[in-house]
Amino acid sequence: MTPVSFIIEVTVGGLLTGVMYSLVALGFVLIYKASGVFNYAQGSMVLFAALSFVGQLELGMPIWLAVLVTVAIMVALAYVVERLVLRPLVNQEQITLFMATIGISFFLDGFGQEIWGSDVHTLNIGIPQNPIFLGDVLINQFDLIAAVVAGSLVAALALFFQYTRVGRALRAVADDHQAAMSVGIPLKSIWVVVWSAAGIVALVAGIMWGSKLGVQFSVALVALKALPVLILGGFTSIPGAIIGGLIIGAGEKLSEVFLGPMLGGGIETWFAYMLAMLVLLIRPQGLFGERIIERV
Amino acid sequence: MFGHRLVTSVLSAAIATFALAGIDATAQAQNEQFIPSLVYRTGPYAPNGIPFANGYADYLALVNERDGGINGVKIITEECETGYATDRGVECYERLKNKGPTGAAAFSPLSTGITYALIERAPVDKIPIVSMGYGRADSADGAVFTWVFPLLGTYWTQADTLVHYVAMQEGGYDKLKGKKIAFIYHDSPYGKEPIPVFQALSKIHGFELEMYPVAAPGLEQKSTWLQLARQFRPDWTFMWGWGVMNSTAIKEAAAIGYPRDHFIGVWWSGAEPDVIPAGDGAIGYKSGAMHAAGPVAAVHQDIFKYLYDKGKGAAKREEVGQVLYNRGMINAALVVEAIRTAQGKFGNKPLTGEQVRWGLENLNLDDKRIKEISFDGLIAPLKLSCANHEGEPKVRIQQWDGKKWTFVSDWLTPDEKLLRPMVEESANKYAKDKNITPRDCAKES
Amino acid sequence: MLYREVGQFKTSYAADQAIFPIMQDRIGLIIVLLIAFVAVPLVGNDYWLRTLLTPFLIFALAAIGLNLLTGYAGQVSLGTGGFMGVGAYAAYNIAIWLPWLNIFVVFALAGLVAAGVGILFGLPSLRIKGFYLAVATLAAQFFLGWAFIRVPWVTHYSASGSITLPAIAIFGVAINSSVSRYLFTLCIVSVLALVAKNLVRSNAGRAWMAIRDMDIAAEIIGIRPLRTKLLAFAVSSFYCGIAGALLAFVFLESVEPAAFDLDRSFQILFMIIIGGLGSILGSFLGAAFITLLPIFLNRVPTTLGLPLGTATISHLEFMTFGALIVFFLVVEPHGLARLWQIGKEKLRLWPFPH
Repeated sequence: MTPVSFIIEVTVGGLLTGVMYSLVALGFVLIYKASGVFNYAQGSMVLFAALSFVGQLELGMPIWLAVLVTVAIMVALAYVVERLVLRPLVNQEQITLFMATIGISFFLDGFGQEIWGSDVHTLNIGIPQNPIFLGDVLINQFDLIAAVVAGSLVAALALFFQYTRVGRALRAVADDHQAAMSVGIPLKSIWVVVWSAAGIVALVAGIMWGSKLGVQFSVALVALKALPVLILGGFTSIPGAIIGGLIIGAGEKLSEVFLGPMLGGGIETWFAYMLAMLVLLIRPQGLFGERIIERV
Repeated sequence: MFGHRLVTSVLSAAIATFALAGIDATAQAQNEQFIPSLVYRTGPYAPNGIPFANGYADYLALVNERDGGINGVKIITEECETGYATDRGVECYERLKNKGPTGAAAFSPLSTGITYALIERAPVDKIPIVSMGYGRADSADGAVFTWVFPLLGTYWTQADTLVHYVAMQEGGYDKLKGKKIAFIYHDSPYGKEPIPVFQALSKIHGFELEMYPVAAPGLEQKSTWLQLARQFRPDWTFMWGWGVMNSTAIKEAAAIGYPRDHFIGVWWSGAEPDVIPAGDGAIGYKSGAMHAAGPVAAVHQDIFKYLYDKGKGAAKREEVGQVLYNRGMINAALVVEAIRTAQGKFGNKPLTGEQVRWGLENLNLDDKRIKEISFDGLIAPLKLSCANHEGEPKVRIQQWDGKKWTFVSDWLTPDEKLLRPMVEESANKYAKDKNITPRDCAKES
Repeated sequence: MLYREVGQFKTSYAADQAIFPIMQDRIGLIIVLLIAFVAVPLVGNDYWLRTLLTPFLIFALAAIGLNLLTGYAGQVSLGTGGFMGVGAYAAYNIAIWLPWLNIFVVFALAGLVAAGVGILFGLPSLRIKGFYLAVATLAAQFFLGWAFIRVPWVTHYSASGSITLPAIAIFGVAINSSVSRYLFTLCIVSVLALVAKNLVRSNAGRAWMAIRDMDIAAEIIGIRPLRTKLLAFAVSSFYCGIAGALLAFVFLESVEPAAFDLDRSFQILFMIIIGGLGSILGSFLGAAFITLLPIFLNRVPTTLGLPLGTATISHLEFMTFGALIVFFLVVEPHGLARLWQIGKEKLRLWPFPH
């Protein structure tokens, strides 16, 4: 196969993988945008949602019902988190809230594995996995479908934020907590909404990644793959999560295939972070993040 | 205010109970043999660790239930969760090494990292480490590694037999010249260990060898497989993976259209948790094996009869006989047989680690004995000696057909003429670094 | 009543600037040191010394290192594991290449190597702040983790990438028993903790705190951000490097890169947040909490006689750990050190209510 078509193949594969990373990064962005909390527990939420979903499927429930029940579970989780963690810690420093989300992630990891077990659960909801060929270029069908799913999710979220009342309220809260409260936006319910939205995004990400890897503890580690996407795109930008995902995905794969052999291989992970860091050096808030205005 | 009081009381209660928990207050029964179990039932490698731990626990329980212990000496066991982390493994080791009337009989860490750390401690505490099919490849040399037993084979053994199998498939070693073999591995000491053997064989037989490390945990391998299957296009691919890396690799191979029957994993990449998530894509995938898969031996019937029918099994009934379950069972059985062998010399009582070590070194399981302990059809005979702590290993290749593993080769023996000098060279280097005088095996018999 | 500074007058500047100006504090410290140096080795059993106290001290040292960077200088770093690894592998290489060198010198040199690497990876901090910096330090963590296994001379060309550390001996006395390992670690840690305490009370420490609180204002009044931040990274990595070397030589004795992975970085970060950011004592308290609590949680069900499986116990351990973190943060966000401070303040008034 020609070098050009191989480059195209690697790039396309990378772009599609990047979209899968964006799915996870979206959850981070949602929560950071609306509550200023860097949610370390997003990976655990992805795992927890996937475990709940696949556990119900294994009990024999139909897919649509399992989705509804899992969404309800994630909403309940959001409510509990808001009540027990966010409300007592309101106004604390960012690092304290970050630490609290670490506590949540430990709790969710243990809780999810205790209820559903630590074995691998196969998740098969009928997404085809065989390759398709465009000329000489191989494209993974699964990744293509994941990209479409992620794209629709982003479009839906963008519409939600732009055109619905709740969406506007979320944007107001993201802008300035105090000001939002002073115009009557109930902060607490907004946070529940945001965490539920992040939980639903986590469910979608969990289904996609769970179908890819099998639902097991390692799915929570996907969050580490999504972090460079987050920093590149900016913590507060939804389109940034997608664009960042595309860049990181393609960059990762191209670097591994073309730079990797010179360095001995296995450079994907740190290259993604290095790439994100280099972009940060030029734009400290990420490509699409909110400009950090510092006042003395 | 209330919060501070609450915290202080919680802390004081914690410190109090902690002081109590720090004291080891176990009522010591006198006529019992303590065999510890280091397991990982949580964490990223849990899907592989759980069946192994269950098989191990079930066999020890079976010996108590069916035989009343080892020649009347009952077995007590305790599991300690390591989560595959070396420092937790070391903590578990330190906690359990002195338990029981005579201390721990042997440790089987099921982790290369923990094994490496325990190898340093074993000679000091005089407790043998059984690293069945993993750990240091050079620990096969018992003259240097007196306290380490890589029973049933090391990574170098497996590497050599994989190439041997491929050579057989190609029609002879001479046909290997010019062929391309890819090696995809977990980027850790576990994955790197077989590389010297592959490189040596590549030089001798003239095949092209290309290495593809995958950074832990190996969730995303697209670029590796694009390089491998679309650029290099090897005739055969070997894999040294663990945990989610295995199933991801098999899925990527399927997604990219690499023929699964030319894809062979090490015996730690060939178990149900690795192939089941890949679904139909795993059909045809092969792996090395040091024992049979499936509930095929008489011992399985015993386990059903004495444990599961009475509701005392550790696993779910349908998991009995899975690859890793069998492996845990065999590991426990070999330790038990070693204790039995040692009891032949030291008497039917609880034994110390030193005595169990003697038992391991003099372990001789021939066909007759294997049938006696109901392991017929599961393992090949093994015989250890002072110099050889592996036990004359034999390896078979098995293939997954979507429902079960079946053997597709006979028992293959590794090329000791090639491997032994490498083992001894590496072991002697270790001995020099550590100021250990190797034992003279000719003198000991 | 007991904890009063009544009657203690300082007659020199030096006395006034002492770390522990109150006599009761000094007596308390001497008692703690006596217990640590004399009583514990005499009374403690092997398991406690080797597996609980020695790692606690080692991680406390690493926590001090990270606290200097994150707690005092305000630069959130998730690369601690990598810097510890640099110290460990550097010490290994120095010990292999120059075996005649005294082990203290080996550790010091390893610390300097780690400091150098820390400066290199600290350069982005001049431009990137806050959580963005934290995620950027992950680049350091992953890169170093990769380098440990890919670069052959780091592991002295070991085929498997795993290294076994040579034994330590000081002036002929081998350090291989639990007591000697404990005392060796205790000496190093106590000296370095003293140095750290003095460092944070010095000009450098004040510069760090200024940068942490308001870095632009600090720059305006003349504190140079480049030097200050890089110094913070350097000193922090020095401490973490020595902690890593100790971990490798004294506790694990055989090291693979997984011992210094991301989990380790997070573990040290938890220690300083639970213990208290910006507090040397907090590093010790946090290290005790994080290293000893999981073991304790693991043992409670067996001690209480509950028939739970190991998996369930581990899961409960995770859940309790997570819940306790949230609980502590809700009740005392400034960590255990703040609790200790509040306790001391109350003690000054005791038995009077105010």
